[in-house]
Amino acid sequence: MDSHAPPAPAPWTPRIVAFFCTWCTYTAADLAGVSRLKYAPNARVIRVMCSGRVDPQFVLEALAQGADGVLIGGCHPGDCHYVEGNHKLLRRFQLLQRLLTDLGLERERVRLEWISAAEGDKVRWAINDMVETLKPLGPLNLPGQQQAWDRELARRAENPEPAPDGPPPGPTAPIPSPL
Amino acid sequence: MKRNGEPEIRVGFYVCHCGHNIANTVDCAAVARYAATLPGVALARDYKYMCSDPGQELLRQDIQEHRLNRIIVASCSPLLHEHTFREATRKGGLNPFFFHMVNIREHAAWVHTDRREATAKAQALVHAAVRRVAHHQALQTKRAPIHPAVLVVGGGIAGIHAALTLADAGKQVFLVEREPSLGGHMARFDKTFPTLDCAACILTPKMSRVGSHPHITLWTYAEVAKVEGYVGNYEVTVRHKPRYVDASRCVGCQDCIKACIYKEPKFPDTFNAGLSKRKPVYLPFPQATPQVVVIDPETCIQVKTGKCKQTCLEACVDRRAIDFTQRETLERVTVGAIIVATGFKTFDASRAPAYGYGVYPNVYTALEVERLVNASGPTGGAIVLRDGRQPERVGIIHCVGSRDEKTNRWCSRVCCMYALKLAHLIKERTGAEVFNFYIDLRTPGKGYDEFYGQLLEEGVQFIRGRVGEVTDWAFMPEEEGHLVIRVEDTLAGYVRRIPVDMVVLAVGLEPQADAQAVRRLFNMSCGGEGFFLERHPKLAPVNTFTEGVFLAGCCQGPKDIPDTVAQAGAAAAEALVLLDRGYLEQEPNTAFVLEDCSGCKSCLPLCPYRAITIAPETERAVINEALCKGCGTCVASCPSGSIGQNLFTDQELFSEIEGLLAPAAAT
Amino acid sequence: MTTFAYYPGCSLKGTGRAYEESLLPVLAALGIKLEELADWNCCGATAYMAVDEVKACVMASRNLALAEQLGHRELVTPCSACYLVLNKTKQYLGESRAVAQVVQRALGLVGLSYQGNVPVRHPLDLLVNVVGLPAIKERVRDPLTGLKVVPYYGCQLVRPYATFDDQDRPTSMDRLLGVLGATVVPYPLKTRCCGGSLTGTLPEPGLHCAYILLKEAVKRGAEVIATVCPLCQFNLDAYHHKIAAKWGPVRVPTVYFTQLMGLAFGLPARQLGLHRGLVPFAFEAGARRPEREVVPPDRPPPATPACRAGGPLAS
Repeated sequence: MDSHAPPAPAPWTPRIVAFFCTWCTYTAADLAGVSRLKYAPNARVIRVMCSGRVDPQFVLEALAQGADGVLIGGCHPGDCHYVEGNHKLLRRFQLLQRLLTDLGLERERVRLEWISAAEGDKVRWAINDMVETLKPLGPLNLPGQQQAWDRELARRAENPEPAPDGPPPGPTAPIPSPL
Repeated sequence: MKRNGEPEIRVGFYVCHCGHNIANTVDCAAVARYAATLPGVALARDYKYMCSDPGQELLRQDIQEHRLNRIIVASCSPLLHEHTFREATRKGGLNPFFFHMVNIREHAAWVHTDRREATAKAQALVHAAVRRVAHHQALQTKRAPIHPAVLVVGGGIAGIHAALTLADAGKQVFLVEREPSLGGHMARFDKTFPTLDCAACILTPKMSRVGSHPHITLWTYAEVAKVEGYVGNYEVTVRHKPRYVDASRCVGCQDCIKACIYKEPKFPDTFNAGLSKRKPVYLPFPQATPQVVVIDPETCIQVKTGKCKQTCLEACVDRRAIDFTQRETLERVTVGAIIVATGFKTFDASRAPAYGYGVYPNVYTALEVERLVNASGPTGGAIVLRDGRQPERVGIIHCVGSRDEKTNRWCSRVCCMYALKLAHLIKERTGAEVFNFYIDLRTPGKGYDEFYGQLLEEGVQFIRGRVGEVTDWAFMPEEEGHLVIRVEDTLAGYVRRIPVDMVVLAVGLEPQADAQAVRRLFNMSCGGEGFFLERHPKLAPVNTFTEGVFLAGCCQGPKDIPDTVAQAGAAAAEALVLLDRGYLEQEPNTAFVLEDCSGCKSCLPLCPYRAITIAPETERAVINEALCKGCGTCVASCPSGSIGQNLFTDQELFSEIEGLLAPAAAT
Repeated sequence: MTTFAYYPGCSLKGTGRAYEESLLPVLAALGIKLEELADWNCCGATAYMAVDEVKACVMASRNLALAEQLGHRELVTPCSACYLVLNKTKQYLGESRAVAQVVQRALGLVGLSYQGNVPVRHPLDLLVNVVGLPAIKERVRDPLTGLKVVPYYGCQLVRPYATFDDQDRPTSMDRLLGVLGATVVPYPLKTRCCGGSLTGTLPEPGLHCAYILLKEAVKRGAEVIATVCPLCQFNLDAYHHKIAAKWGPVRVPTVYFTQLMGLAFGLPARQLGLHRGLVPFAFEAGARRPEREVVPPDRPPPATPACRAGGPLAS
């Protein structure tokens, strides 16, 4: 088997990185499994002890590495195993949402769900619903965009613009925001 | 793969078929082949059952033969078998925290149907793990001592049995009961199915043993107000409600009750389901434990207005047990484990309005009839209607508030059997014709189905069909003056109208009204129906997701007395395991401060355990490992990235992200 | 004054005339005007639905289309059968594209179309949930104090399309009669069948249904039965001699709830069509019950006729 072989042509579906707290949402995902609920295979879960451990950098890194969306799952407010880690996350999440909007990303790409250990069905719903929400948005493809920007920068470095006070020539549009 | 100054990373990778559980949906061989291509992987195998002894042995041997220094097992949830494989890793001579587990059963094989997609997902998860383990460090677990005492919450049969089991094993037990007496629901029953032995006869000896046991501290009329700490060291605050009676002085002579300013009982007696009256000062029931009266603050004139002649006080002048100055008090105890046995409540029959409960006086709930049948009940055991007549025809409606989309979906498990018991008792005592209206009769238990057979022989009638309504209007002249049960007899295939004098509603079991508050108190979870959630439905039925907190009885789900007692014993045994081991291995997932902390203090208010302080000499943050519970909130929040968390370092999590999103493997 | 589109249906122009005669002035007294659809047609009733559902939908939807054309937000229809059929038609049109296509084609042939925008309301729903009980209480001049009323809803009003009340144990009319000052008699048969059209086709079981309702009302001490449906009123009012001959006398008058409202509002009995009942019903405000409190202290004295809100009959 060759891992570098081109992937079989399949219709694009979103890739989602999920951060689930171990006590509620990860357990709920286990319950979904034990209950043999079926849901979309698009989300890959990273287990953390508490949703409070989810650093906004993780979210940005996931998007930068090619995720089309990030799902964060924590205990319901008031039910945090560590008293209020989920509240801390919520505050961070709201700031992060503003940042994402400023970067020109759709808010739907990063999502927060409170899912208790008993709510296996909500895991299924959240993942399925997020996949359906992301599909119309299309691929985010930040790695691809970054490569394009890199090439553009390299090209400009090789051919410096002659007239710094003149308008940028022809087809080169202003470089969009780096995220 | 090699990192500076450290030995070469040699990952041993194992993917488990779990019989067909994983292999049916995930191509395990392909996952192993894929893993073999990843950097650092020295060995990749697929194996039928990794958790089996040969599987663990394989792992142990491979570590030595192939000089492995990282282990990954892709199988079930780490919540299930992480410990198993860490142990196997340790036996192979490696630090157990060089092990990492990938969940491809619950999170892939069982939830997806497309084999190609499930395999691709498993490969991505494996890639993440391979990248992650490169950053793993050897870690040491810490041992925390366990306080050798147990708190039992709830004084029903579950709490009583658990408390006695623990106390007989020599452990200190604190039993907290909200009501003024022990006993719970069982104390209100007359006979118990299917053996028909008297509930009081088998319960009261246990109650008095609790009351007199040297190792049990019994607190009735008290509630748990606050729980702090963690397994082995729970700091519990108990609130003692004022009963206006000094329990240490009251001998239960009940002279105060006779002397009460109310000459006649006037207020509904909750123990008798409101079928009789009591005075503001009362003993809950004759066998109450402790034998201490209580004064109801809602109805006592002295408590309410302070303007009573206090005839009760005069009657108790010698012992001076009555004390209107009592106020609520708080008490703190330290325990190593907690058993939650807070019981259930019965379904409120007025939520099924078609059955006329609360509208027609002769529609009763089963608990009311339980009191009617009871020799110490309001009628001294005479089964009579509210107007004093003896019923000639009685209808018992099963599944009231159970197995019903409109109310509760679940089967309450005990109703069929207690309905049969009541049918037997009613028929035996009154000779009435008794009709049971059922959907299915569920009699799985030792001697249960035989009991059903006995009732059939006794001539109790059984009509299969969910009752449509109970009304008092007459279609035929012979129905005048009766309650009429309208039901589709699904065996006979037509709608019947059965006139009766008394209707008994076999109400189902529900979580206590304050189950959510109690759940928060003990940091437990509730299932969708509101009962407390066990850690695993089969393999950890009395554990909760909080270490050291165990479940017993109907707070976990409806069950009968034999099952409740068995579960209470199991919960006690689990608590004993903790206490007798004496210490607890703690997951070494604590946070630590790195060199470059600037001392900005923004992490200080984030820690709910106050584990972070600023060291005066360095002006940097320091984390007290003993207090840190390992949530990682401070780690994520540190503006300069100067806090790390064992097992969940930034490098480990970033590399998981990279691995998850690495270019997909061809399958 | 708010205006609603109004579909009376055939009964309200025939056997149920008293319903319309009382409904219009009562609503007018509360500031509601009903604008009758021009050239409305039969709703098809339950009979046509049983024969051909699609054609029945075509027929009923013409009325919906007319109402939509009129431009009022909602359509009020007092007859339970009309209410059921119009709601059923709306439901079918929404659920089935095939039915909707046939209906739109048929409507198109007569230059109509239906967008599905007109909610169909029963006056009881309108009074309790739009006008509101406080406003109704405010309008009461001669409370029905002490009058023992059985509220009878019949089968079609709340099953299966009514969303404004419980399907088995509705309480809207109970509460409404309560604010009129009447004593509402608990009546577990409130949604049981009156016999419907069986009284005409299979009299024995049909009349037995009506008999049970009447007998139980009498047994419970009712002085009058209040209905929301012209067929119920007819069945409970018109067959007393036959019922008496078969099962014995169970004489109690049956009136429309709007007639009782009119009385409580102080409107003249004759203008409310109360003379049309076969079993006579009269309630002399204030005469029967000396102990009754005519003017509750927290309310201004009764308005003089001159300043009463005017309806077509009151003015």
